[in-house]
Amino acid sequence: MTQLKEDGPRGRVIVITSGKGGVGKTTSAAAISAAIAKRGHKVVVIDFDVGLRNLDMIMGCERRVVFDFINVVQGDARLSQALIKDKRVDTLSILPTSQTRDKDALTSEGVEKVLDELRKDFDYIICDSPAGIERGAQMAMYYADEAVVVTNPEVSSVRDSDRVLGLLASKTQRAEKGLEPVKSQVLLTRHDQGRIDRGEMMAVEDVLELLAVPLLGIVPESTAVLRASNVGMPVVLDAPSSAASAYEDAVARLLGEDVPMRIGSDKRPGLLGRFFGRSA
Amino acid sequence: MSLFGFSLKPRRPKSAQTAKDRLQILLAHERGSGSQEPDYLPAMQNDILAVIRKYMKIEDDEVDIRMERRDDISSLEINIEMPTQQKDATAAKARSR
Ligand SMILES: Nc1ncnc2c1ncn2[C@@H]1O[C@H](COP(=O)(O)OP(=O)(O)OP(=O)(O)O)[C@@H](O)[C@H]1O
Ligand SMILES: [Mg+2]
Repeated sequence: MTQLKEDGPRGRVIVITSGKGGVGKTTSAAAISAAIAKRGHKVVVIDFDVGLRNLDMIMGCERRVVFDFINVVQGDARLSQALIKDKRVDTLSILPTSQTRDKDALTSEGVEKVLDELRKDFDYIICDSPAGIERGAQMAMYYADEAVVVTNPEVSSVRDSDRVLGLLASKTQRAEKGLEPVKSQVLLTRHDQGRIDRGEMMAVEDVLELLAVPLLGIVPESTAVLRASNVGMPVVLDAPSSAASAYEDAVARLLGEDVPMRIGSDKRPGLLGRFFGRSA
Repeated sequence: MSLFGFSLKPRRPKSAQTAKDRLQILLAHERGSGSQEPDYLPAMQNDILAVIRKYMKIEDDEVDIRMERRDDISSLEINIEMPTQQKDATAAKARSR
């Protein structure tokens, strides 16, 4: 862990994207950012969902927003004024978006300038993409070095993820400049073993076979996610849960550690399991 | 909130209530200011800077504006770094509502 801090990448841009709405991008962006920051890396998480600010609520800093990403892009505020330092993890910052503007307020030059400035101070820059595959989503992915494609085991989500993987391979700066391609991985969320066993939901292998990109992790459907969002905590900072362990594992893999894939679940372990979090 | 928040059982107050409380505060602010809220801050910052500049020389990054929203009151904190004479920052606190 400590050696990663020394020679790990500085200012690596990771976009959390999906195409389909409501699959768990913001939940994942918050959990992944907090889990990386907990390991001592400097992390900033940016809300790219202009006009529908929500990351601030999930991170629990909604009352501290003064200036936002758009103010900075448009030169109305300095970056240091818009960054909100997390009160629980001191290496974590949030760059909230505007609630009143629309996606056209972002320009790619403006975004690039902000990212360049953030790279000087942060090891990881996590971009929470809006749903869709239009301007807002493309802006969030354009400067990415890596992508986490959040996917639910369900037909429309898998299809949209495939579209997004296509865009990551063609409509990003790395693609356009012929650099090493964006490293894309799938994060399967809202996984429900019960429904898979009953044949109602596609299994992990089915999704991977279809999308043909590496699997970053499997996050089970978990009541801990709603609870954490109620209180404004990234799920990994809240009480131990199957979802929190799954995000911790995914982050370990994201940082290059070799962690065996496991499928957690809320249900099996009963009451005690909730406190100790884990299952096979 | 919950009377039982500190009872012996390791039970926490219901998170749904927390969610409602947080939203109530946030939505009141967002509606109250007619959806224009965040937009006046940059302009206000410029005005404040202009006023201060009538009396002293300061750089853009020597003024810092922070806001904290609470249930019944919001506080707006304006920190101005004073050049030369005083080394430590002078804080001017203004309260709204
Ligand atoms: N693993 C999970 N278990 C249970 N509920 C989850 C899980 N992940 C996400 N959710 C729930 O799904 C809903 C959508 O999540 P979230 O807001 O993170 O999605 P999103 O992809 O960011 O949505 P949008 O496209 O609107 O930005 C939320 O109510 C969240 O609590
Ligand atoms: Mg979202």
